[in-house]
Amino acid sequence: MQFNADRQGFTLNFRATEMEAREGIRAVATQLRQRGLSEDRAGDVEIALAEAINNVVEHAYADIEPGQVRIRCQMRSNKLLIRISDQGRPLPDGQLPKGEPASVDTNLADLPEGGFGWFLIQQLVSEIRYERRQNSNLLSLRFDLPKVS
Amino acid sequence: MSLTSTMAGDTRVITVNVERIDAAMAIQFKEDMRSETEAGPDRVILDLSQVTFIDSSGLGAIVASMKQLGGNRRLDLAGLTPIVDKVFRLTRMDTVFNLFATLDDALAVHPN
Repeated sequence: MQFNADRQGFTLNFRATEMEAREGIRAVATQLRQRGLSEDRAGDVEIALAEAINNVVEHAYADIEPGQVRIRCQMRSNKLLIRISDQGRPLPDGQLPKGEPASVDTNLADLPEGGFGWFLIQQLVSEIRYERRQNSNLLSLRFDLPKVS
Repeated sequence: MSLTSTMAGDTRVITVNVERIDAAMAIQFKEDMRSETEAGPDRVILDLSQVTFIDSSGLGAIVASMKQLGGNRRLDLAGLTPIVDKVFRLTRMDTVFNLFATLDDALAVHPN
């Protein structure tokens, strides 16, 4: 894992494996807490970020040699911007899934064991955008933050 | 092993000894739960008080663990920390499981 801080924020690079993804997600959450993000909001960011990164590891780089994932974080006074990029496969149909939640109103045997990732992301971010640029996926997440008085 | 198992009366209490039930942990967690609950009482309480983070893979592994128990047995969850609690509420899995703030609260309730 590679970490670089600058005046506007910080950047993290790591290989798209489950173990490196875990360390990357933890590192971002730790940095954001150290930079003053509230415990509650840092939790929201960590959940959404984990789902987005897991998608890259499990789908974008599925069945191919895991490449790099880059996370860029910029904290402003009233918002947090996170950009995730990878060089894996594009999202299906080149666009964001709708993020409909899997239904839990069912009997035990039919309860969903997956299908919550995009739904959780959509619930927790203020805005999400996806772009395919040449061979890269760019996912931008915005989290609005309460103004500090 | 990610789990420790004890008996409290006629209830099995399984404590999760890891801080994260995430994509890297989900398969092992599900297998550990299977071996801890293969036989035993109808009521199992999963103590999550040491778990500070869960993602949808981890959630899926807990759902799978309940399914493994079969129809007449049940899995109750205790000691949910803030992020774990949030993931259960957002996905509405809080309507599927009995959730207790602490292990003591869960043990104070007698199912029958």
